[in-house]
Amino acid sequence: MTFMVRASRNGARTGVFTVGSSPLPIETPSLLLSTRKGLPFFTPPDLLLSLNNHNNSHLLQISPLHFAGCPSEKTISDIGGVHELLGLQDCSFIGVARDSIVCLPHSEGTNKFGASFETPSGRLLVKPRDYMEIISSLKPNLWTSLADEVPSWVTEKRNRSSVDRTIRWLDDCIALDPAGGSSILGAIVGGSSIDERRRSAHEAAARNVAGYWIGGFGLGESLDERPSLLNAVTDNLPVEKPRQICGLGLPEEVLQGVAAGVDLFDSTYIYHLTMGGFALTFALDTEENYAHSSVLGYAGDDHTKINLRATIYRKDLSPIIDNCDCYTCQNHTRAYINHLLNVHEMLAQILLEIHNTHHYLGFFRMIREAIKRDEFESFQKSFLEGRRSYLVAHAGC
Amino acid sequence: MPVGTQGTIKGLTNSQLEDIGCQIILGNTYHLALRPGADLIDELGGLHKFMNWPRALLTDSGGFQMVSLLHLADITEKGVTFQSPVDGSPMLLTPEESILIQNKIGADIIMALDDVVKTTITGPRIEEAMYRTLRWVDRCIAAHQKPYEQNLFGIVQGGLDPVLRDICVKGLVDRNLPGYAIGGLAGGEDKDSFWRVVAQCTAALPEDKPRYVMGVGYPLDIVVCSALGADMYDCVYPTRTARFGTALVPEGLLKLKHSVMADDTRPIDPTCYCMVCKNYTRAYIHSLVTKDAMGSQLLSYHNLSYMMRLSRDLHTSIIQEQFPEFVCRFLSSQFPKGDVPEWVCNAMEVAGIDISACCAPFSSGQE
Ligand SMILES: [Zn+2]
Ligand SMILES: [Zn+2]
Repeated sequence: MTFMVRASRNGARTGVFTVGSSPLPIETPSLLLSTRKGLPFFTPPDLLLSLNNHNNSHLLQISPLHFAGCPSEKTISDIGGVHELLGLQDCSFIGVARDSIVCLPHSEGTNKFGASFETPSGRLLVKPRDYMEIISSLKPNLWTSLADEVPSWVTEKRNRSSVDRTIRWLDDCIALDPAGGSSILGAIVGGSSIDERRRSAHEAAARNVAGYWIGGFGLGESLDERPSLLNAVTDNLPVEKPRQICGLGLPEEVLQGVAAGVDLFDSTYIYHLTMGGFALTFALDTEENYAHSSVLGYAGDDHTKINLRATIYRKDLSPIIDNCDCYTCQNHTRAYINHLLNVHEMLAQILLEIHNTHHYLGFFRMIREAIKRDEFESFQKSFLEGRRSYLVAHAGC
Repeated sequence: MPVGTQGTIKGLTNSQLEDIGCQIILGNTYHLALRPGADLIDELGGLHKFMNWPRALLTDSGGFQMVSLLHLADITEKGVTFQSPVDGSPMLLTPEESILIQNKIGADIIMALDDVVKTTITGPRIEEAMYRTLRWVDRCIAAHQKPYEQNLFGIVQGGLDPVLRDICVKGLVDRNLPGYAIGGLAGGEDKDSFWRVVAQCTAALPEDKPRYVMGVGYPLDIVVCSALGADMYDCVYPTRTARFGTALVPEGLLKLKHSVMADDTRPIDPTCYCMVCKNYTRAYIHSLVTKDAMGSQLLSYHNLSYMMRLSRDLHTSIIQEQFPEFVCRFLSSQFPKGDVPEWVCNAMEVAGIDISACCAPFSSGQE
């Protein structure tokens, strides 16, 4: 793995990331596609690679806990690891224990021996040694160490112990890794405590790891306290290594993370949009005109997205977005997707996931361009203002 | 023809259907008329445009779906009376109405409304249904507004009675329709009765018109019916069985839910070149089936690829005059012990296909 920061302005930064056998460098800030057992939830693998072809569709997140012994670690090893298992030799995978959708940390069950998770196959207590066995059979390009993530409302004492355990498990993972940690993203926790966040980051930074994984966000902390917590982490990390975060999904949240210097985000937001029948529609402006037009988007349900279940789309023969070059918009109308949603056909989710992923990848491209032009702050501001003015305008009705 | 009941083949994109070589798909008039509605489809430019499917489409008449899905359907000379699934009020589907709806949906092939009776029923009801089907086909022809764009197929009825089938085939052939379907089968009748009806109908139907055996789609049935001279089939089986975790393979069925699949690192079918078999192991598919959406997507893709390949292979083997050899290879994969069912042997004898090479006891020396 190589990582290089190309431009950095007031915390926000853009860089280039090469990992595994991926033929293309991945530009950051970047979206990691969330998966179920390594494949997108609905997008079939043959269409995955055509998604936003000039963009980072080849970076995926995999949760080793999804497998829970099926296929067994030996079978996964025999097949040759995650790339062979999924037939995606040119994609890069980052292994993360939790996934924010069906595999969530269960802090009450976590103890000094291992981290507890709620998973589709029940509650699992995962010890560093178990985790390393799955990781060594899956062989993802990068993977995070095991973390004890706690919600923001736990006691100071519990929060401190979560940092202690997360540091200890990072050492365990490094010790158990035949490669000595060269592919590990060291986990950082610390809940809503600035001091604990700082301590956790500082300890991870002292280890020989490839990069960092910031956990424990999106677990009850307020939107307002988040920037200082994020900065407490990133200020204590070396600039030359990549930083991934879990739990920030909404565009506003991604922008908060980017502002603090986070490089990699997961796509659980797309999953929730897709399941709700939503399609992203906010304007993705080109390099030339973005600064002049506001981010005011298409007429629709909340200014950044539309709900295709709504009856107004019954006869709408336009694509989700007129000039979108995704498979869905190139081939299908809003009326057809509205019908598919009405009759509960899976193709609705396939088409929505394809469009939303494509569109969100475009959002990340806008972010990168803004940073390169040293205009990230105004970009973030105009995006948020566009959202806020919509919310204000519609608050009265 | 894969079945796309509601204007989509469950879990597959159009580009995937094109990739696996699918040329025609079937839409169900009953479902499409309910949602999104025939008027809406018409207003939006027809089903081809609505679902963006440039290749061929066929719609059924809607009658079969009503009789099989709605317990309270009642058939009279006027048409099929049924309770509206929306508000429970009585509704009537006449032959005219069925054609009007299918004209609006705009498929390339549309089906006449027939009087559907269970094949296992006997007695005067069969005769009544057959004659009524002939009377209704005239009403369908008269109601058809786009005869130059849409091809109306008539449906041969008559149960398992050769005399009634004969009257019906002759009646339909006299009406010189663009194609003919053999209906009223695949409803639980015994296999020997089934193939005999197909054989009788194909023998009496004109050579230059397509023959469609309705509701038939098991691989073995398709091979047998093709030997008897049938051309088209439909079946929800490949996609339905995929959702329950079963794959179609040359040997028959492969149950991917079974625990022995958990550590099987082979593809579903090592002789299959589909996207799924090229990339995925049985072990991985096992971990997905019946749990994750992707499981039924990948398995449906393979199963339809299998059916498309079977159809292509049947077609090519006939053109290359290798059909008997193909049938023998197919049967020896499905029945490696040579225990080919008697009805298949009987049908093949009538079709003039020598399958002695793959039937016990001669097969043992062949392996
Ligand atoms: Zn699109
Ligand atoms: Zn296959």
